[in-house]
Amino acid sequence: MLEGKVHKYGANVDTDAIISARYLSVSDPAELARHCMEGIDQDFVSKVQPGDIIMATTNFGCGSSREHAPLAIKASGVSCVIAKNFARIFFRNAINIGLPVLECDAVVDNTGAGDILEIDLSSGKIKNLTNGKVFDVRPYPDFMAELLSAGGLIEYTKQRLAGRRL
Amino acid sequence: MTLADKILAVHADREAVSPGEFINIRVDLILANDVTAPIAIREFHRLGVNKVFDPKKVVMVPDHFVPNKDVASAEQAKLMREFAYEQGIMYFEAGRMGIEHVLLPEQGLVLPGDVVIGADSHTCTYGALGTFATGMGSTDIAAAMATGDIWMKVPPTIKLVYHGEPGEWVGGKDLILYTIGKIGVDGALYSAIEFAGEAVTAMPMDGRFTMANMAIEAGAKAGIFRVDNKTQLYIKSRANRSYSVYEPDGNAEYSQVIEYDVSDIEPQVALPHSPANTKPVSQVGDIEINQVVIGSCTNGRLDDLRLVARILKGRKVHPRVRCIIIPGSQQVYLDALTMGLIEAFIKAGAVVSTPTCGPCLGGHAGVLAAGERCISTTNRNFVGRMGSPESEVYLSNPAVAAASAVTGRITSPEEISG
Ligand code: SF4
Repeated sequence: MLEGKVHKYGANVDTDAIISARYLSVSDPAELARHCMEGIDQDFVSKVQPGDIIMATTNFGCGSSREHAPLAIKASGVSCVIAKNFARIFFRNAINIGLPVLECDAVVDNTGAGDILEIDLSSGKIKNLTNGKVFDVRPYPDFMAELLSAGGLIEYTKQRLAGRRL
Repeated sequence: MTLADKILAVHADREAVSPGEFINIRVDLILANDVTAPIAIREFHRLGVNKVFDPKKVVMVPDHFVPNKDVASAEQAKLMREFAYEQGIMYFEAGRMGIEHVLLPEQGLVLPGDVVIGADSHTCTYGALGTFATGMGSTDIAAAMATGDIWMKVPPTIKLVYHGEPGEWVGGKDLILYTIGKIGVDGALYSAIEFAGEAVTAMPMDGRFTMANMAIEAGAKAGIFRVDNKTQLYIKSRANRSYSVYEPDGNAEYSQVIEYDVSDIEPQVALPHSPANTKPVSQVGDIEINQVVIGSCTNGRLDDLRLVARILKGRKVHPRVRCIIIPGSQQVYLDALTMGLIEAFIKAGAVVSTPTCGPCLGGHAGVLAAGERCISTTNRNFVGRMGSPESEVYLSNPAVAAASAVTGRITSPEEISG
C-alpha cells in the first residue's frame, strides 16, 4: 500500500524538465534526485516527501530515452507516477526499474495538488483520502505484471537466464 | 500486416503479430552512447553475466559530451570505452566517430529489415532504411546485451501519405515539422509510423533520415519508410552482411491513414517550447536571434550542409550572431571539406566544430545564456534544452537557419536568395 501527497502537473512534461542534460554527466540516482523536476518546478526537491506521488495529464515523460528521468524521480522518494498517459519510453523505463506508473483519467480529473492518495497496487484501487473518492485502475497486462512482480527487468532477466542454464 | 508488423513477426519467429500483443524479439543491433551506456553497463553487471551475447551486435558511440567537456563526462566516456574494449564490441573513438544516428547508417551497420534498439530516443532515425528501430532505456539495453532479445508490445501503425511536389526550400524537416504541428507531440503515441506517398519517394535519403528521426517527436515508437532504389543505392556500398526487404501487405490494417498535400507548404519553424508549435516561416514575425546551430542527428548530413553552403557562400554571418555548424560525422566533415563547404562556412564567419551532439541537448559548444534566442536544425526546443531555462530555441530546416544567420532574424531562404 502506498500513501502520499500529490504534486500535480499538466501535459507533455518532458524528460529535459524532469532532469536537464546539464546533470547527465553523472548517473548516480541520489545525485540526479537533487535536480529532479527542476525544469518545471524549482521547489519540487525541497517539497517532496518520501512516498509522494507525481501526477500529470497526458504524455508524461516525452522526449529523450534517458533513464535518468525515472531514476531521479524514484530516488527523490516518489512512490508512484499517475497520468492519463505516458510517453512510451518513459513508461517502459519506469516499469523496468520498478517505479510504479499508473494510467487513469478519472483519478487525474478528480484529484488536486496537495491531495493525499492511498494506492493499492495489487488490487488497482486508488483512494483519494482528501475527498473520499475511490477509483479503479486498469490492471497491468499479464506480462507487465510479471515483470513488476519479479522486481523489474534485471531481476526478470536473471530468472530467465537461470531457466536457460538449467 | 504493416511494414512494422512484418519485421516484428520475423524477429519473433512468428507467422503474424497484431497490435497490442507482447512479444519477445531478437535484435540485430544494440546501441548505447556516453550518456546512456554507463547505466546500461551498471545494470548489465547486476545481471551476473560476463559477456555480451554477441560483440558484433553491440555498438557504443561517444557523441553527447565528446570531446569530453569536463571530468564527470570524461569518467563516463572512460567507463564506456573500457567496457567496449573488454567486451570486444564496436566502438568509435573521437576522431573516427560521428553522432550515432548519422554514423551507424553511414557505416552500413543498420540495414533494411533489421530490428535495432538503442538507448537513445532518436534511434528511430534508421527507419529511413526500412529498419524497425526504436529507442529504449539503459536497463532494456543491459538485458538485451545479455540475452540478444527484448520484450516489445506490437504497436499499431499510422500511415502518413505525402502527396505533391514540395517547393525549392522545403525538405524532410519541413514535412515532419508540418506533420507534428498537425498531429501534436503525442499524435502518434505508442504507434509506428509508415511514411508513404510520392513526395517521400522523390525525397533523397538524407531527407528521409530527418523525417524518421523526428517520429519520436510525435510520440512514435518507430517511423519507417519502404525500401526503394534510393535506399538500395545508399546501402549498396555500405552493407557487409545480408538483409531482408519487407513490404506492407496490400490489405494491411492501419490505425489511421492521414494524407497531406505538401505542394504549397512553406518551410516550417517550430516556436518555443514545443516541436508541435509550428508556423510557416513567413508567419513567424520579426524574431531576432543570437545564435544559429546547424547540425545534429536530424540535420547534420551532407545534403544539409550543401544547402547551408548555397546560402552562406559569398555572404557573411550577421555581426551579432554566432553561427555554429557541426558536421554529423567525420565522413560528412571530410566530404564537406573536400567539396569546399567548410571553407565557405569559415569565410562567412561561422564556427565549424568537430562532430558532437554538443549544443543540441545543451551539453557544450554552444550553450545559451538566459534571454538568448537560437534557431537550430535540431529536433527539440523544450524549455532549457539548449542551456538556460530562460533561453529560447526555434527549430527549422538548414536553409532557414543559414538565411537567419545572415540577417540576424528568422528569415526565409527565398528572401535572401531571390
Ligand atoms: S544530436 Fe541531439 S537529438 Fe541527436 S543524439 Fe545527439 S543529443 Fe540526441
